[in-house]
Parts: sequence; structure tokens; C-alpha cells
Amino acid sequence: MPYAWLGVVPFFLYAFAFLLLPAGQVLVGAFKDKDGAWSTANISTLFEQQYVDAFRNSIEISLVTAVLGGILGLCIAFAALADGTPRWIRPVLTTFSGVAANFGGIPLAFAFISTLGTIGVVTAFLRDQLGYNIYFHGFTLFSKTGIEIVYLYFQIPLMFLVIAPAIDGMKREWREASSNLGASSWQYWRHVGLPVLMPSLLGATILLFGNAFAAYATAYGLTGGGVALAPLKIGEVVSGNVLDNPHLGQALALGMFAVLAAAMLLYVPLQRRSARWMR
Amino acid sequence: MRRRFIAPSSLVWLVLAAAYFLIPLVATLLFSLRDSQTGTCCSLGAYGTIFDDPQFAKTLWLSFKLAVETVVISLVLFVPTVYWVHLKLPRLRPVIASLALLPFVVPPIVLVVGMLDVYGGWSPGWFYSTPQFLVAAYVVLAFPYVFFALDAGFRAIDVHTLTEASQSLGASWRTTLGRVIIPNVRTAALSGALLTLAIVMGEFTIASLAAFHTFPTYIQYVNQTQAYPAAALTLISFGITWFAMLGILVAGRRPGGRQMAMRGGG
Repeated sequence: MPYAWLGVVPFFLYAFAFLLLPAGQVLVGAFKDKDGAWSTANISTLFEQQYVDAFRNSIEISLVTAVLGGILGLCIAFAALADGTPRWIRPVLTTFSGVAANFGGIPLAFAFISTLGTIGVVTAFLRDQLGYNIYFHGFTLFSKTGIEIVYLYFQIPLMFLVIAPAIDGMKREWREASSNLGASSWQYWRHVGLPVLMPSLLGATILLFGNAFAAYATAYGLTGGGVALAPLKIGEVVSGNVLDNPHLGQALALGMFAVLAAAMLLYVPLQRRSARWMR
Repeated sequence: MRRRFIAPSSLVWLVLAAAYFLIPLVATLLFSLRDSQTGTCCSLGAYGTIFDDPQFAKTLWLSFKLAVETVVISLVLFVPTVYWVHLKLPRLRPVIASLALLPFVVPPIVLVVGMLDVYGGWSPGWFYSTPQFLVAAYVVLAFPYVFFALDAGFRAIDVHTLTEASQSLGASWRTTLGRVIIPNVRTAALSGALLTLAIVMGEFTIASLAAFHTFPTYIQYVNQTQAYPAAALTLISFGITWFAMLGILVAGRRPGGRQMAMRGGG
């Protein structure tokens, strides 16, 4: 059928109009000035202190929550799938993770304000029952640390969802074979377990990094822009709170796009490698 | 050497996880039950305030309508496309898969900048100034979830045999798609649809920056003004996400369906 390709035209038209065209507009617009002439002025603005700080904060928070969320999610997944753990734990955790990984944004920020905010339930409990006011000891929820604590609420479940199938792929026979050959538990992990799991672990960590880096609503609901983050800076420019230069928003968006594209370039080959063991 | 009881280290990890994930929910519940006058437990006043606010029903209904429109457009766009690609154009699959993954590299905050720029100025008023603008963007946000759910669904069935059998019995393309193919990928379509519903019902970034008043922007507005009703709204929003995820679980229990629900937060 020479005309078979006609069947996918509607999808490509849609993707062009509402994904490729807007994304292309961002890439091109980043290199234009207010009057539409070519210019690298906005790209150089990206290197001003406030925007460098915003990108550094964003990358730092994303790295911390990706690594920490990755480790904690992995430990919880091992605990849930271990011998002896009751069978019902896993489906409950999987469903809950589906909810928590999707429960981001403003409501999540508010849940933590009710918990660890200045008059939050846990803050009040520590203050009244234990006489320890965490806000007098340098803690505040509306800081980088606070954002990291909140982001883990969707990062850990995402890790659990991604890594549980990879742990399933590790066959019991490998463990038995290596112990029959006299390997210790440490040797098993060093030479069999970790090498098999490593591509999945790295891939999942990159996925978590991108997930945190792109997040806007949670940080906005929590700090309202009090902590400088790359997505929040774009929000400020777009809603016209800063200066009248739409192309600066596009330059910032280009910066975010570059970071995420770099993460994706690392992710795809890792994904391909880890898929090998999951049949 | 299977253990009969849970290992102590596993128990510690699971208890810690339960504490971290449940305490914020319990705290929000306690907050939502406080009396708006005295600040003490327990009163359902905050829920009353929310249900009496006409903005609550209005924004919730709008977000629900947007979610349904997004689901319908996504399925109309993707079911025939993925079917056709599996049947006739398997070499095009990687291209479509990369396009479907692109929203991970172009997150909502970047997409809205481009959308506002392309369609903000010259597009007809009925598009830019109505929530249809949001639906257009939300279909793009749903690309990865709808595509990969359907792709897995189509991979699990024998598209060629089903199509040939249907056509050798004299069915038209429309009958084949509607009576043979779609019923076989129903479960996959349903999980993609419910995940999309959860995404749209919680989407804040694009709605807020394009200045629309949807359910999530209403939650943010209440957050800034009334603490206890905001806690009640937070729990309602959590409940909506639960409903969608339980729907996926129930759908997945039926034969032929086993999809995972995953997506980023934020």
C-alpha cells in the first residue's frame, strides 16, 4: 500500500502544531531580541548571577532528591520484595506509589505545610511535647532542604515503580549458583547483583533527576518563589512580574531544555541495556 | 533458605516508609478538621466552607470537562495511529515513540512558554481565550502515558491475524477497528485514560501561567487565604488521584491488562 503513511498524518500534524512548533519557537525565540532581530543578548543574560543561582539550585535539588530518593526507593523495594515479607505488601505499595508519584503540585506542598510548617502538626508536637522548636534551630520548610524533603514524597515512589520490575528480573538461581560456587553475599552483590542492576539504577536516577528538575507547582506552592529555581524564574518572566522581555523566558526555557535533553541522552542507552535482563 | 518471617531490616524500612508517607496525610486530615474560630478539633466546618463555595463546584467541573476532552482527543488520535503503525508501518514506531517521549524533555513550564508565544498573539480568540487552549497542551502532556499504554496493549494482541480474520469475513475498516480491535485494547486504553484524567485534574503549571481558573489554581487561591479549607481541598484532591489509580488497578485485573501507572510529580 503506497498510501499507508497517510494513516499517521493526523498524529504528526498534531505533534507538529502543539509540540514541535511551540518547542521550536522557544529554541528560535531565545536567540531574538525584543524587536525580533537575531541576538545573543538573552543567552548572555542567562549567565547573570540570579539565573546562574537559579539553575544551580535546581540542579542541586534535583541531584540530591534523585540520589537520595533512588537509594531510599531501592531499600524500600528490597524490603518489600524480600523473602519473608508478607505478600500483600507489594500490591499495596505499588498502588500507593502510583498515587504518590502522581500527587504533586499545590496539594502536596500544602500537606507538608500542615505537617512541618510553622504551625504544622509535627512542628507543634515537637514544640509542645518535647520542648524543641525546629524553627529556632535553623530548620525551615521554605528552603532548599524543605523542598528536598517534599520532593522525596514523589521521588521515592517513582523509584519504587521503576526499580521493582528490575529487582524481579534478578533470578533466584543466580544467587543459588553463586553460593554453590562458594561466593559470599558480598561477592554475589559485587560481581553479579550490582552489575546486573546498575543500568536500571542509573537510568532510574536520571529519570528522577528530570522529574525533579521539571517540577514547578510543588516548589511554587511551597515557597511562592522564595527559593530561586529555574522553573520559578520562567514563571516570573511569563506572568510579567519581572521585566518586559518575553524572549528572556524563552532563553531560560532553552536552558532547562538543554539540561533535560542531556539527561535524556544519558538515559536512552542505559534503558536499552537494562531492558536485556527484564524478559 | 526462604525465611518464614519478615526480616528485621525489611520491617524497619517499611515502618519508616509508612511513617514518612502517612504522617503528612494524617496531619492534613487533622488540619482540615480544625474549627475555623477556635482552631481546635473537631469540626467539619472547613468542608462546609469548601462545598458552599460556588467556585469549588465550578472549577472542579471545568477541570473534569477538560480531562474528559483531553482523554477523548488523545484516544481518537492515538488508537488509530498505534494500530496503523503496528499493522502497516512498524518501521515508523521508533519515530512515534521518540515524539511521544519528547514531553519529558519539553516539560509543562517550557511547553507553556512556546504555546503562549505561538498561539498567544494571532490565533483566533475562540482558541486562545477559551480552555480549548489548555486541552491542546494537555493532550501533549498525555502523549507518553497514552502512547506507551496503547503500545503495550497492541503488542499483547495479534494485530495482523485479527485484522485479516475480520476483513476476510467482509468487515469494513470501520467495523474492524470498532468491533474487533478496540475491544481488544480496551484495558490499555482505560489505564491510559485514567492516568490522563489524574494528570489533568492536578495540572497547575500551564493553567496558572496561561491565566485560567481550574481546580488546581483554585486550590492555590484557597491556600493563600484560608488554611483549614485548603487542607480539606488537599485531601479531596488526593482522593481524586486515588480514585484514578484504583481504577487502573481494577482495570488491570481483567484479562489482558497489566500496565504500570507511573509519572512524575511536580
